[in-house]
Amino acid sequence: MSACLDISNLSARLPSGQRVLRSVSLTVQPGEVRALVGESGAGKSMIGKAVLGVLPPSVRIVEGSIHLEGADLGQLSAKERRRVIGAKAALIPQDPLTALNPSRRVGPQMTDRLIHILGWAADKADRRVRQLLDEVHIREPDRVMRSYPHELSGGMRQRVLIAAAFASEPRLIVADEPTTALDVTVQKQILRLIAQLQQEHGTAILFVTHDLGVVAKISQRVTVLYAGKVVEEADTPALFADPQHAYTRALMAATPKYTDPMASLMPVDDTVLAGLAAEIAVADHDWKPGGGTGRG
Amino acid sequence: MADARALPGRRLDARLILAGAWLAIVLIAAIFAPLVAPHDPLMQDLMLERLPPFWMPGSEPGFWLGTDSLGRDLLSRLIFGARIALIVAFAAAIAACVVGSTLGLIAGYFGGWPDRIISRIVDIWMAFPPVLFAILLVAVFGTGLMSVIIAIAVIDWTRFCRVIRAEAMSQSRMDYVENARIAGFGRFRIMISEVLSNVLPSIVALLSLEMGIAVIVEAILSFVNLSISSDDPTWGGIIAEGRLSIHQAWWVLVFPLIALFLTVLSFSQFGEGLKSRFDPVLR
Ligand SMILES: Nc1ncnc2c1ncn2[C@@H]1O[C@H](COP(=O)(O)OP(=O)(O)OP(=O)(O)O)[C@@H](O)[C@H]1O
Ligand SMILES: [Mg+2]
Repeated sequence: MSACLDISNLSARLPSGQRVLRSVSLTVQPGEVRALVGESGAGKSMIGKAVLGVLPPSVRIVEGSIHLEGADLGQLSAKERRRVIGAKAALIPQDPLTALNPSRRVGPQMTDRLIHILGWAADKADRRVRQLLDEVHIREPDRVMRSYPHELSGGMRQRVLIAAAFASEPRLIVADEPTTALDVTVQKQILRLIAQLQQEHGTAILFVTHDLGVVAKISQRVTVLYAGKVVEEADTPALFADPQHAYTRALMAATPKYTDPMASLMPVDDTVLAGLAAEIAVADHDWKPGGGTGRG
Repeated sequence: MADARALPGRRLDARLILAGAWLAIVLIAAIFAPLVAPHDPLMQDLMLERLPPFWMPGSEPGFWLGTDSLGRDLLSRLIFGARIALIVAFAAAIAACVVGSTLGLIAGYFGGWPDRIISRIVDIWMAFPPVLFAILLVAVFGTGLMSVIIAIAVIDWTRFCRVIRAEAMSQSRMDYVENARIAGFGRFRIMISEVLSNVLPSIVALLSLEMGIAVIVEAILSFVNLSISSDDPTWGGIIAEGRLSIHQAWWVLVFPLIALFLTVLSFSQFGEGLKSRFDPVLR
């Protein structure tokens, strides 16, 4: 049980009965970057939200468990779960525009957690946040901390959020498509920044993305998700060298390459999709509805 | 908080200045009524009855807006009436605001059964016609300043509750609320630091609007003689008297109406102006 994050057999469904996660198992080792890829709607964010304890109320976990740093989140009371997640995990969100409270200054929003959840003294929290702002190459920490979010650019806000995520020294960071809302030139910088801080701080990251190019750059291991089901899991170099699953191969074929721009126009093959649908039907058949342990 | 929001580079809008100026005049007149009023508002003098305003023939110096049919100075009566109008406005609006905003915040942020209960109460409450409701309440509590204030607060908290509930509801779906939950903050703390901070501009605007409404309701109640004792001059009371002598002394009706109109308008404009200044994104 040395894994930083250990999700096993996690299934979740909507009130309609539709399953959004299908017996997902996934581990993130300490200090490792685990990429989670899949197309839109695959359930990537759902996994992130489950780990961070913020699933929408309509989504029910019907089986499986999540261990964060050895603590079984499903067995904890709501309050203990909040405390464990608050102390051990953090989020780098997708949209830096909506992730900061527009009517509060940036500084207090960054130190809040350190002071009120981790119990640090105010000046220690302040120093810590400044140090992190420096690490994300923000040169005027005073001005930034005194600003309201709308006074900062999107890239600046994402840096602020990255700094805030690392400031509390979490064991695990969930980065949910942290660069999709940014423009292309900024995307690269932000990605490099996350990779750099990750290495310096030794933080484990569950990196959600639909971009295989990003996967290749940042992760050591990859989990490929389709319709809430893990279809392939591998070391990143191995996945690119020799993708096992037809869907992974199709996904790779659909990823733009500079050598072959036309390849990006290829849709995922119909036969591949048909094969996936069959696999999922089999998985759903094996799974007994309502037979979950019903943890919330 | 206020300092950064008053950063230079933002022009003061005219409505905020004009509305604020009128409200300041009324407020000063109300606070310093005994010093400002040229005459005793209750002193009758049958030799001076129905004097016209200063610019008309037959006016007397010192009686700027003329006198009523008992020879009482109209300006002095309006100034003392402003006192009661503002006391009611502040007390009733703040009471309605505190009750309504708190319940609205809870309903909107927590949702679920607290929301169902609070929303149902609001629905039932709003089924009563407000003015009749006020008259009924004052009839039950008896007349007097306190019961007028209570009646207005009891009726109008729903206005705050509905608006704040809707805003809190949309706030609670925002990403930064989710982030605060991930960070480990409790629901109550999030309600205050993340949700309330964003609905505050609306609360301020509503509060100001409600003060204007309270002024009107107080005027209506005193118009139908259900407000405070009929000795004290109130704007509604003066309007009621003026109505009786409209053909002999129109000014007794017109001036309190103007005062009422300007005050109510100023309250609502002042609130809107404050809201847009307070909103860090809009400004
Ligand atoms: N609040 C919700 N209530 C019910 N169903 C939801 C909710 N949010 C998402 N879903 C459904 O859950 C499934 C997984 O959504 P999720 O957001 O995890 O996808 P994703 O892989 O993150 O996609 P994207 O790349 O677009 O972010 C989708 O089918 C979606 O329609
Ligand atoms: Mg997503």
